[in-house]
Amino acid sequence: MNKLFFDKVIGDPLNRVDGRMKVTGAAKYSAEYQLPNLVHAVVVPSTITKGRIKSVDSKAALRSPGVLAVISHENAIKVPGNADNEHPTEPPTGGQPLRAFYNNKVYFNGQPIAIVIADTLERAQYAAGLVKFEYDQDKHVTDFELNKGKGVLPEKAKKDPKSSLADYDRGVVDAYKTAAVTVEAEYIHPTEVHNPMELQAITAYWETDDKLTVYDKVQGTKPTQQAFAKEWNLPVQNVKVISEFVGGAFGNGLHNWPHETAAIIAAKMVKRPVKLMLRREHMFYMVGYRPYTWQQIGMGASADGKITGISHIAIGQTSTYEEFTESTVQQTKMMYASPNVSTRYRILPLDVSTPIWMRGPGEATGAFALECAMDELAFALNMDPIQFRLANYTDEDPEKKLPWSTKYLKECLEVGAEKIGWSKRSMKPGGLRAGEWLVGYGMGVGTFGAHRGAAAVRGRLLANGTIIFQSAVTDIGPGTGTAMVQIASEHIGIAPDKITFQLGNSDFPQAPNQGGSATVATVGSAVVATCNAIKEKLLTMAPTAEKRFANAKMEEILFDNGQMSLLKSPSIKVSYTNILKKNSLTEIDIIQDAKPDDESNKYSKYSFSVHFVQVHVHPTTGQVKVNKVVTCADAGKIVNKKTAGNQLIGGVTGGIGMALMEDAIIDHRFGRYITKDFADYHVPVHADVPQIEVYFVDKPDYIVDPMGTKGLGEIAIIGVAPAVANAVFNATGKRIRQLPITPDKLI
Amino acid sequence: MKKKPNKNTDIIVHNDSRRDFLKQSTLLTGIALTPEIAVKAAENQWDEKLAEAIEKIPLKLEINGIQKTLSIEPRVTLLDLLREQLHLTGTKKGCDYGQCGACTVHVNGTRVLSCLTLAVMHDGEKITTIEGLANGDELHPMQAAFMKHDGFQCGYCTPGQIMSAVACIREGHANSETEIREYMSGNICRCGAYPNIVNAITEVNKGGKNI
Repeated sequence: MNKLFFDKVIGDPLNRVDGRMKVTGAAKYSAEYQLPNLVHAVVVPSTITKGRIKSVDSKAALRSPGVLAVISHENAIKVPGNADNEHPTEPPTGGQPLRAFYNNKVYFNGQPIAIVIADTLERAQYAAGLVKFEYDQDKHVTDFELNKGKGVLPEKAKKDPKSSLADYDRGVVDAYKTAAVTVEAEYIHPTEVHNPMELQAITAYWETDDKLTVYDKVQGTKPTQQAFAKEWNLPVQNVKVISEFVGGAFGNGLHNWPHETAAIIAAKMVKRPVKLMLRREHMFYMVGYRPYTWQQIGMGASADGKITGISHIAIGQTSTYEEFTESTVQQTKMMYASPNVSTRYRILPLDVSTPIWMRGPGEATGAFALECAMDELAFALNMDPIQFRLANYTDEDPEKKLPWSTKYLKECLEVGAEKIGWSKRSMKPGGLRAGEWLVGYGMGVGTFGAHRGAAAVRGRLLANGTIIFQSAVTDIGPGTGTAMVQIASEHIGIAPDKITFQLGNSDFPQAPNQGGSATVATVGSAVVATCNAIKEKLLTMAPTAEKRFANAKMEEILFDNGQMSLLKSPSIKVSYTNILKKNSLTEIDIIQDAKPDDESNKYSKYSFSVHFVQVHVHPTTGQVKVNKVVTCADAGKIVNKKTAGNQLIGGVTGGIGMALMEDAIIDHRFGRYITKDFADYHVPVHADVPQIEVYFVDKPDYIVDPMGTKGLGEIAIIGVAPAVANAVFNATGKRIRQLPITPDKLI
Repeated sequence: MKKKPNKNTDIIVHNDSRRDFLKQSTLLTGIALTPEIAVKAAENQWDEKLAEAIEKIPLKLEINGIQKTLSIEPRVTLLDLLREQLHLTGTKKGCDYGQCGACTVHVNGTRVLSCLTLAVMHDGEKITTIEGLANGDELHPMQAAFMKHDGFQCGYCTPGQIMSAVACIREGHANSETEIREYMSGNICRCGAYPNIVNAITEVNKGGKNI
């Protein structure tokens, strides 16, 4: 790659390009668009868990001032795509997504069963409380622990034995049992809720009878456009989805939910734009969650610390109508060099709403079991946990039998150990104190596939030397626009302040959901392809402005600082603006797509992270304070160390929540969540989070994508919770295998 | 389940206004969707004109230096007044229960959770929202520090964090990282940018400017 003037843009901590809008309140989220004649909607959740709605009494609500409509299955217009036995939207998992107001069936407590429309929010809220339902109630089943024996193999695995969800055996089943040193343990991960700060919101507007616009909190404008086009039987171009700013999502915007369809139905029926913002309690059961998961790990090693076998069973919760699955056991298959590995993954349908992928989906849950078990076995072997991991390090993927595209996990272990002060760690639990507090050190490894998908990007180089890019991709917080500006700057040779990257609009070129840590690799590659196509175009037109470029080849030219010059004789140069002018063009407008090539399939591609944690535990109260965290990531080349560092810090913060406080609890007598707000469902606040040191290996992986990047968002959280749990054990000698590690479990 | 009495008979009559007539007439149709006449009435604001006189009360607020003379229902929270009626959407709704801090504004210079206070309780008071913090194009030092230290990701909690951070310094509660964390703990950031927010507040506090 040429050493460019703007080469330093990659890796530079450029401030966020949309930062000013976010700190001044100018950034507009889905519930903040003022459309003419806008009316307000409030959804009404079911108060039973399973059964049928016998009757809806909306008279009092309709009598209430300002109310325009009360819509339920009794009077909702028919959604044309809602055919029987066919799903209206692409199911992200399997089964039949819940259709809004489709019939009188209730599948879970809190299911949206009516929507009230009024001219003001207050009137809609008041009237929503006046709608009364009579039900025929059935007996529900929501208790995971009582029913976990009823877990089933997912349909996908039944149909395809090669599916990653199918039973996996390498070597001999349960070989660990005959090892010199063994551990067997059960781990429980409770239900966790994404709870982004922005409540799920949609503003739906029918411009004409067959043209729909939605301002919607989603992670993909194109997938949402496809889903609603199918649901309403419309040409795709008649559906417009706008998500310019997304106030966090962490996965809950990867599925289109019934409340979205409810708002669209309402907008069609009242013939006015309808705005619906869910309430915080709705976020617990209307928009997915990380499922309750039970796991069992058996692991054995030789006396010198070589793992001889791992058996890992996981059972995760799903709903009765959709099969939600995730890659809970994936890390166990490829992380350590064990000749014998068996994994079993099952799902347990309950009368609950459908889960959805939450940051580090599957792997974060699986890593809690695997990395705790590694710590337990290291302790049984009287080995340092880092040495134990190094003794079982793999230089190729033991599952796929392929070389890694890149793997710098050893570097992460080395740097992290030094920065946290691992040498101070006591091998014996409870061996360190700071005043009255017990001090413990723990670590956990994280990994996630370095995915890349297909995308297209439009680039418009204008006569004034500025350039505008467009992609349908959303930015849920990582700083996608900023990273894309930096990538574009390096590849087109234009300063970042002359580059605009527009996103979050389905009118723009194709991009997948923002998810799976794949956005920079996917959309960034399309930015590079578009830049290259523009450069080709500039090269063919350059001779009109400067004859000496007539026979120049691409590799002989430096594109930099808004101009092209010959590498051999830099004085021969011409600006992009001059090329456009001399060719009588106002702009160059190109849409280019990019997708991974087959060559990359010859490698196993993963990002890696290691989290080191120092905790203080109070011996009397059981309070756990995370005192220091050091996180090291192998995520390829880092485009922006400021935003990437922030993403790591955020993942660690989520991991602290998972380890110490987050726990969504259902009262099984009623099948209803008793944790429905931030007073009952605790997430980390300022006081829970110390300074977090982050380090990047920052070495490129050009097999994954032309920028050399690998995904970062998921590995930021995967491995954090076990690091905390292992540190708590090191401090106290108490092994807590059921998250969260609350004080009652330590005293 | 016991059958409930017919609701058609127990009409609540608050007054004999046109509006009630309209609402009652919807009952006679026996369908859940309001008939066209009622929609038309709502669109033409026949009922609202009456309601304004009956249910709304006058209110004067100074919002970001601008005097506002308003007439609102007493049940409207300060947050919903800002967002839904005045279109000042920089102030965010995150929970409606005073648990997340996203709706933090300044009332007479003091930080207040705008979701937990009714607008009518602030007659004659000065409200500052995130939109009123900068001095024209010049960012407030806290806004600039949040950008420099990347004290946010998705940006949704950011207005509340910034309003709270300014107040935190004014209160004299920003003298150490521990103190900042304690006095900022009412503002949740689910993206987890806490350390960067603490760094931004520390820098502004050390800058010693009168904010």
